[in-house]
Amino acid sequence: MMLKKLNATLAMGGATALALSLAAPAYAQDQVELTWLVDNGPSTVDIAEALVAAYEEKNPNVSIELEIRPGGGEGDNIVKTRLATGEMTDIFVYNSGSLLQAIAPQQTLMPLTDQPFMDNVQEAFQSVVSTDGEVFGVPYGAAQGGGILYNSAIYEELGLEVPQTWDAFMENNSAIDEAGYIPVIQTFRESWTSQIFVLADFYNVLQAEPDFAERYTNNEAKYATSEAAQKGFERLAAIHEAGYTNEDFNALGYQEGLEMLANKEGAHYPMITFAIPSLETNYPDQVDDIGFFALPGDDADSNGLTTWMPAGVYVPQTTSNPEVAMDFLGFIASVEGCEAMIDAVGANGPYLIEGCGLPDDVVPAVRDMLPYFEEGRVEPALEFLSPIKGPALEQITVEVGSGFRDPASAAELYDQDVRKQAQQLGLEGW
Amino acid sequence: MSWVKKYGLSAAAIAISLVVFVVPFIFIIFMAVKDQQQSAQMDFSWPTSFHVVENFVQVIQARDFMLITAYINSTVITVTSVALLVVLSALVGFVLQRRVTWWTPWVDFFILAGLMMPPAVVPTITLMQQLGIFKTIHGLVLIEVAYNMSFSVILFRNFIATIPRELDEAAIIDGARPLSLFFRVILPMLKPVTVTVIVVQTVAIFNDFVNPLYYLPGRENATVQLTLYNFQSQFVTEYNLLFMNILLITIPPLVVFLFFNRQIVAGMSAGAIKG
Amino acid sequence: MAVATAGAVNAPKKSRVKDRQASMYPIWLLYPAAAIYGILFLLPTITSLYYSLTRWTLFNSEFIGFDNFIQFFQEPFLYQALINTVIFAFVTSGLKVVLGLALAVLLTSPLIARDFLRSVVFFPVLVSTVGVGITFTILMHPTEGVINETLAMIGIDGPGWLVDRNLALYSVALVDVWRGVGLATVIYIAGIVSIPADYYEASRIDGATRWQQFRHITLPLVRPAMFTVIILSFIGGLRLFDLIWTMTKGGPGFSSDVMASVVYKQYQSGFYGLSTAGNVVLFVLIAVLAVPLNMFLNRKVVTR
Repeated sequence: MMLKKLNATLAMGGATALALSLAAPAYAQDQVELTWLVDNGPSTVDIAEALVAAYEEKNPNVSIELEIRPGGGEGDNIVKTRLATGEMTDIFVYNSGSLLQAIAPQQTLMPLTDQPFMDNVQEAFQSVVSTDGEVFGVPYGAAQGGGILYNSAIYEELGLEVPQTWDAFMENNSAIDEAGYIPVIQTFRESWTSQIFVLADFYNVLQAEPDFAERYTNNEAKYATSEAAQKGFERLAAIHEAGYTNEDFNALGYQEGLEMLANKEGAHYPMITFAIPSLETNYPDQVDDIGFFALPGDDADSNGLTTWMPAGVYVPQTTSNPEVAMDFLGFIASVEGCEAMIDAVGANGPYLIEGCGLPDDVVPAVRDMLPYFEEGRVEPALEFLSPIKGPALEQITVEVGSGFRDPASAAELYDQDVRKQAQQLGLEGW
Repeated sequence: MSWVKKYGLSAAAIAISLVVFVVPFIFIIFMAVKDQQQSAQMDFSWPTSFHVVENFVQVIQARDFMLITAYINSTVITVTSVALLVVLSALVGFVLQRRVTWWTPWVDFFILAGLMMPPAVVPTITLMQQLGIFKTIHGLVLIEVAYNMSFSVILFRNFIATIPRELDEAAIIDGARPLSLFFRVILPMLKPVTVTVIVVQTVAIFNDFVNPLYYLPGRENATVQLTLYNFQSQFVTEYNLLFMNILLITIPPLVVFLFFNRQIVAGMSAGAIKG
Repeated sequence: MAVATAGAVNAPKKSRVKDRQASMYPIWLLYPAAAIYGILFLLPTITSLYYSLTRWTLFNSEFIGFDNFIQFFQEPFLYQALINTVIFAFVTSGLKVVLGLALAVLLTSPLIARDFLRSVVFFPVLVSTVGVGITFTILMHPTEGVINETLAMIGIDGPGWLVDRNLALYSVALVDVWRGVGLATVIYIAGIVSIPADYYEASRIDGATRWQQFRHITLPLVRPAMFTVIILSFIGGLRLFDLIWTMTKGGPGFSSDVMASVVYKQYQSGFYGLSTAGNVVLFVLIAVLAVPLNMFLNRKVVTR
């Protein structure tokens, strides 16, 4: 306790080197205490607690204390503030992809490029936690997919097949509607849920325009002028126009959406697969009836999944004990660490660690997702390929999905929002 | 006749306040005792099963009894800040109201600025680091005093205007010095407004979550509002536990209110000017 | 106490009044408060004004002149947010000023269960914003919410309180009044109990009715409390975003966005320079409305 306080004080004063020399011998003999900042998502905390327990058992001289922060924009601000003022914990969890660039990794984080354990981390993840040839994080949890969670009991009852194209999807919706179920559940009270049709359509955008992400970052490709990119907005509008959503779509929230899906009131819920653990917890009896498929595009032959990379675990340059912190990251990136995570929250997607397979008894929704990964029919969401994601997208998609705004003007409005973001990031060419 | 009037009015007031203020309160209690599945349905319904003890224990035990640590921290911060605030802002209100000079409008403006401009977090942290009060309880106390000063000063100042200057004059003739004038003559007259400031600021500071989040990081430094994050996140919320937690952290300020409410009533006779 | 001797004071000369003011109300009494407020609030806030002229990531800042202000005024829904801000502030402060006074008069008159009623009215002030937000989102649900179910029982088809674009702002305003009226009420109560009881006794002897008492004693003498409530709730209304943020996030779409929520969203997105510029604009707006109001009210208090 005294030592930790001393270290913290010295590090604060900028005398990091001195602090290190005090800490290094401590590693060998005495108790080492580390602090770890994680966001408050229930599976995030569960994973953290499991990893700490497993690691402490192996290393009795180390104890890691968890500190919880809110998620979302408020959480991002806390992370940035603490990094900018030199008050970050020894280890922390933060987004991968575009948001990582906003915390100036080269200035604030310790590079992991030369750490041997990075060989265990799959390339797909390394690419979303890298800047200028340096890698900064290890994956925290499993990769997720964005698409449609569906009720397979309804599908069975009506003799439907999983759609490979948008047209087939709309035909299914029509049949479901006639049978008296809600075809597509929408829950705009929590506006973030309205974005899925646009965000998860990105695999399909890339099939039509393989260089979209790069041109978009360079201020060349626009949602308003790209037919493929605008389709996400159009499809969201089409669902509303056809009257396929629940009537109280604007008053319901995410939990209620999951409930409607589980209780067989609605057939489809556009969502990211991180919803699966919540379904398992709250609806253990119905979760076997929930399946998953990627957001269908125009062509059955180029059907594939838009994926979300897990968050990363990072070590700030101000850490009190880089060696132990690195050792802990190595543990997270090992098969042993990966298994600790699976024990804690189950297998909800591929874990991106070499040699860490999933058990056979995963729930159907996860089983449906795995083939896309195994067959390589996956592309990361745009926010992992470009630093720019307009902050107002969710409000715009609520407008489109509620029929207040047509897709073309939505795409234009979003382009404006994107320009603001790019200018605020100081990107060239904007 | 007057009996009918009196009780008719009471009955009407009680009925309306029951509907407007108590219904939401009952909702909160219902939510707090439901099981997780029923609370996830987010509706106003009679609990199918009661989990008072179970939810209570879960909330208290969450994250190694974080709520207990938080109670202690929040209480220390609140009591100290409110004590400082009352004395300091009453003094400011007193001098500003009594002594009007050319700089009064400027001081007024800066006081109002405290209500009009949100504080700048990062420059404040940098400053606190230089002063060596960042991440300390007393640092946060000073922040709370600074941020809530404007509100209290305005309240005190407007009420001091109701105290006749003749009282000051009389005390001065009796040979009172500035501090004794303030503490012996003015402050006792301000009992109702002082009680109001205490109640309002206790609530504001006890319920503050943004400032502790930024200026007092660290798990051992948790304050009560931060405990809500144990059960509520961007994606999944355990509503039953969240509402139990809300209920538990609402009780201490409610007790403060109940206690001081009696003081307000007592002030009705004691504070009134005789003669 | 010493009031009895007050009559013996001779009218002092003007210069002596000044001297006495300086000695009896010395400036050093302000120093401790001024030091805390000046160092921990004013200094960092004024420093941060510089950042409104920069592109600021917290890690780096780059001077870009007035670009942030230009960008801010180009926000697509700024005009609507401005209108919403003013509507919200007038509606909430107006209702708090009037309802707060009505409740305070009621709760200082002899009633049965008065303590209980006071607590009940004050209770919403204690509940965290998150709790208030979730509670009313559920109660205001268009079909399953208790409010509309009750209205349906008496044959009224209730509106979609929070999901109707034309109504959402007003619904949040009502909830804000619900949450904040208890605060206004306790300030009024403090004002009413500070009125000397003799005034009421004397007027009763003169045969004044309750309404006359209210009109000629309570109303003029409760002014300091009323002005406090006016200024605090008006500025509070112009600045409010936390309740809007928990209940509608400025939606549906952008329909209930106010200036403060626009600025907050910029801050959440990491546009620190831009949001500082937005705060400066909001500050100027509030100052233009609130400073004259405050000066007007202060004059009224002093000359009473």
